[in-house]
Amino acid sequence: MIKFFLMVNKQGQTRLSRYYEHVEIHKRTMLEAEVIKNCLSRSKEQCSFIEYKDFKLVYRQYAALFIVVGINETENEMAVYELIHNFVEVLDRYFSRVEKWYVMLNDQEVNDNSHYHLTKTNTHLSFFFQSELDVSFPIMFNLDRVHIILDEMVLNGCIVETNKNRILAPLFVLDKMAES
Amino acid sequence: MSDVVERTLSALPGLLGQQDPGAGPGGGPGRVSATSRLGGLIRSITALSSKHEEEKLIQQEQTNLKATVSAPTTTLRLMKECMVRLIYCEMLGYESSFGYIHAIKLAQQGNLLEKRVGYLAVSLFLHENHELLLLLVNTVVKDLQSTNLVEVCMALTVVSQIFPREMIPAVLPLIEDKLQHSKEIIRRKAVQALYKFYLIAPNQVQHIHDKFRKALCDRDVGVMAASLHIYLQMIKKNASGYKDLTESFVSILKQVVGGKLPIDFNYHSVPAPWLQIQLLRILGLLGKDDPRTSELMYDVLDESLRRAEINHNITYAILFECVQTIYTICPKSDLLEKAAKCIGKFVLSPKINLKYLGLKALTYVIQQDPNLALQHQMTIIECLDHPDPIIKRETLELLYRITNGQNVTVIVQKMLDYLRQSKEEYTIINLTGKIAELVEKYAPDNEWFIQTMNAVFSVGGDVMHPDIPNNFLRLLAEGFDDEKEDEELRLYAVQSYLSLLEEEDTFYPQKFLQVMSWVLGEYSYLINDGDPEVIITRLHRLLKQTFVTSETKAWIMTAVTKMSSRMSCSKTIDKLIQEFSTSLDTCMRQYAFELKHLCENKELMKNLFPLDASCDEIMVDASLSFLDGFVAEGLSCGAAPYKPHHQRQEEKLSQEKALNFEPYGLSFTSNMSSSGFTGRQSPAGLSLGSDMSGNSAELGQKETNCLKLDGVRKLWGKEGYLPKKENKTGKEDKTQPVPQDSILTAHVVDPPLMQSEQQVVSLSEEEKEKQQLASTLFVGLGSNSTISLIFESLSCHFPVIEAQSMESCQKCVQLEKVCTEGVLSGSISYHLDTDTHLEFSLTFSLSDFIRPMKMTTEDFGRLWLSFSNDVKQNLKMSPSQGSLSVALNALKQKLKLHIVEIIGNEGIAACRLLPSVPCLLHCRTHARTLALWFRSSCSALPDSLLYQCQKVMEEA
Repeated sequence: MIKFFLMVNKQGQTRLSRYYEHVEIHKRTMLEAEVIKNCLSRSKEQCSFIEYKDFKLVYRQYAALFIVVGINETENEMAVYELIHNFVEVLDRYFSRVEKWYVMLNDQEVNDNSHYHLTKTNTHLSFFFQSELDVSFPIMFNLDRVHIILDEMVLNGCIVETNKNRILAPLFVLDKMAES
Repeated sequence: MSDVVERTLSALPGLLGQQDPGAGPGGGPGRVSATSRLGGLIRSITALSSKHEEEKLIQQEQTNLKATVSAPTTTLRLMKECMVRLIYCEMLGYESSFGYIHAIKLAQQGNLLEKRVGYLAVSLFLHENHELLLLLVNTVVKDLQSTNLVEVCMALTVVSQIFPREMIPAVLPLIEDKLQHSKEIIRRKAVQALYKFYLIAPNQVQHIHDKFRKALCDRDVGVMAASLHIYLQMIKKNASGYKDLTESFVSILKQVVGGKLPIDFNYHSVPAPWLQIQLLRILGLLGKDDPRTSELMYDVLDESLRRAEINHNITYAILFECVQTIYTICPKSDLLEKAAKCIGKFVLSPKINLKYLGLKALTYVIQQDPNLALQHQMTIIECLDHPDPIIKRETLELLYRITNGQNVTVIVQKMLDYLRQSKEEYTIINLTGKIAELVEKYAPDNEWFIQTMNAVFSVGGDVMHPDIPNNFLRLLAEGFDDEKEDEELRLYAVQSYLSLLEEEDTFYPQKFLQVMSWVLGEYSYLINDGDPEVIITRLHRLLKQTFVTSETKAWIMTAVTKMSSRMSCSKTIDKLIQEFSTSLDTCMRQYAFELKHLCENKELMKNLFPLDASCDEIMVDASLSFLDGFVAEGLSCGAAPYKPHHQRQEEKLSQEKALNFEPYGLSFTSNMSSSGFTGRQSPAGLSLGSDMSGNSAELGQKETNCLKLDGVRKLWGKEGYLPKKENKTGKEDKTQPVPQDSILTAHVVDPPLMQSEQQVVSLSEEEKEKQQLASTLFVGLGSNSTISLIFESLSCHFPVIEAQSMESCQKCVQLEKVCTEGVLSGSISYHLDTDTHLEFSLTFSLSDFIRPMKMTTEDFGRLWLSFSNDVKQNLKMSPSQGSLSVALNALKQKLKLHIVEIIGNEGIAACRLLPSVPCLLHCRTHARTLALWFRSSCSALPDSLLYQCQKVMEEA
């Protein structure tokens, strides 16, 4: 069973958190701080699974962003490790389909910081994941949508859907309706 | 980012708060103005450098939000945006409860995307028992009936995330209807919602089990996959009920593995890997200990292994699950061989994640197949010194499983080494528990036993499980069969502690000091040549240390008291009494005075502290009858009779003539609910306690002063537990009737070990060390299996013989977590020419832990009002069950309820869950239905009892 799903950047700022068991708010921040400390202390050669309290952490790093999933002993670590990647691929597909999002990014960021300038060819989220940029900005701006995507994939700590088309279908419908 | 930009950004949220709230079309993702406010907040938060600044910023943000959400002019679109910002604030750890109600409103009033965000916020903000959740029910019901499929979808999603248990009946029929919906997504989400209901209130969905079967056979893969979650849970609880579905699961897996699913279910060209994993888990549970069912799945498992050949993480995940299933079900040799090969590939892989997976698999299979450990012994040794602690940890876990009497010292040493480096509390608790268990089972001699336990106590300190010191002390006190050996052990312990205490100013954990003082107090007389004065001086020195807590001081004082009963006079004791008679610590002062008075009457003291009598039972007069004379005297002198606490409270309240807001009988009930639910949770919800007779109802009057400990040692016998090797060889022998000698040689030859020993000459020093370690670690694993028994056919009748001796032992089973059923399994080992091992398993149902609870109708009424957890359900009665009294009597007999009163078509009954958690039942009959209403102080109890009642009514 999955206990929580976290996205945390290298500075230790939480970018997304979803708990599948009730945890008090102040305990969450403490847990997240410890979790990211644990992840940051590890090298690339080390295992992607960490023992933490009475459960395990499975983490994956995308540029400056860590995605960390807390699981109990009934879960298969490797399957969760790949679930994280599947989630990232889904995000990638969603955000690359919705081009306006990049326009937004261009409009707002181009003046602040030239790093954020995106060319037409680079409208894949994978661009962020491979670069050293803070990938969590685009995710954060659409916090609600990322949650909606995650809710389609994981419910009650169970992996309920992994088919990318099916995960995104409800959100595409919502977007379409909102536009019209 | 430059400083200027940073500062501009941090000022953003303030500026944004003043902007026109409705600006821009807030539709699709990434519309500039829709996210800019959130974006501003995020960017400024990201740019901050201190927690203090963040707090200030969020506070400001929250003030803005509070004003916006409560303003009547706020549009729903703006509200949606505020919700996202609130989500962000809560995510950073700042509670924003003022927005919860608005989240519910948004879910109720918003258009699609707004509604979705409202639901999302609700599911993130509230927890299962939050009172506001009830306000969501109406919206959910409305949306479930909507003609807009998107709304139905959202409602189903939120139901499967968070829903108040008591409101399930309000939506259940609607959701059941959705199981027949034409759209797959609706059917799928309906199944997910039912899964949630199954988790929080299993008996409420019992009547739809056949609909789950329909979902399993649904033409859509997604719906089928959703039903697997329910099946996994149900099969985990009761595998035998679903054996008939094995073929369905097998055929589904075959189709998945065979690539029959639509291509979009593939992940990196592997067909629906997570679905495969789920199915493999279910098959493992079904095939466990069931040869016939296992047989059905051999083919598909073989195919799964074969198909998962691409080198990708996800295929490794599938393979891992496959291997586990193969080793869980009844063994088939060629599958085991392939699985073993697979494990080998994992373990030897240079990829660290894969190595970990291999070790985990190895740990899982090692007890069944110790030879596999021999094959990979060198890899295991390498992993033991791996720089990554998790690999080390997993390796220790593996070694723990293969520990026996011959390798225990080396393995425990490795565990202690790891423990000394670890600071993590959970690791310490876990590892000290394991070491203590191994030490108890396999300790080769007294010295090692005591020294190792000393290490455990020093490292485990005050975080380790309290059972460890308790078990240890009981072991010392009860001893084994040999009195002489027991004394040697105790003597060694005393000597070892004395030398530890010799050094001044060394720090020891409190638990360790307590153990030491108990042992010294109890057994220091065993030292013949020593001067007791020396021991007392050392204890006295401890009493003055600042790091010693007052609890430990009490232990030390008790030890001193025990010792003083065996000495004629002692200067140190006199000094000690004098010192602590004026202590500021009242407890210490009392101890000192007690000791002083006892010292004046040595005869009494000797009676109070008899030698080596810690295991003798002491009868306790719980009714305090010896005080009767004192009480009578007091009464005759005009003292008021004693009134229990709650009675006093009531009287006080009635005197005050004020409104009473406290529920009556509170003190009584809080006592009840506080007891019995502590301690570790065992997987089945059952745990073994001891020192109590089987029926704790009779316990009230009699209590022993023995330490309360678990009887691990007795269960396992002195030789400890060895894996079932004999069985295996026995089987082989049957199929290949060859002379005993040849079997012996066949088993002794163990290729990897022999080879490596021959190569030793050419190996470096380091390698040699490893080899040596290997030979000490893996001793007794492979070659032991030569001891084989050849069984002839077992159809002959044995003559009845008299038992030579009988052992009886009683254990008390206590229910820690309410569940409907639990299995207790264990084994008995005894030595009779050969070691014999008897396994047994007992199934307990909740009703085994239920006892009648006698009370009056008034008591019932009072208790009823004080309980908050209740469950109601209507049951159909068959004509034979006719009246209420017949039905109640059936319940009384089967569930051991106490019927308090029956008036007309209404009745009340009471029972308690052992030891003393009350549950009350109110029932009423009306036109062939029996309305049951349970209330209890424990939240899970009414639900489970209802389930038992349903069963009883069905059977009747």
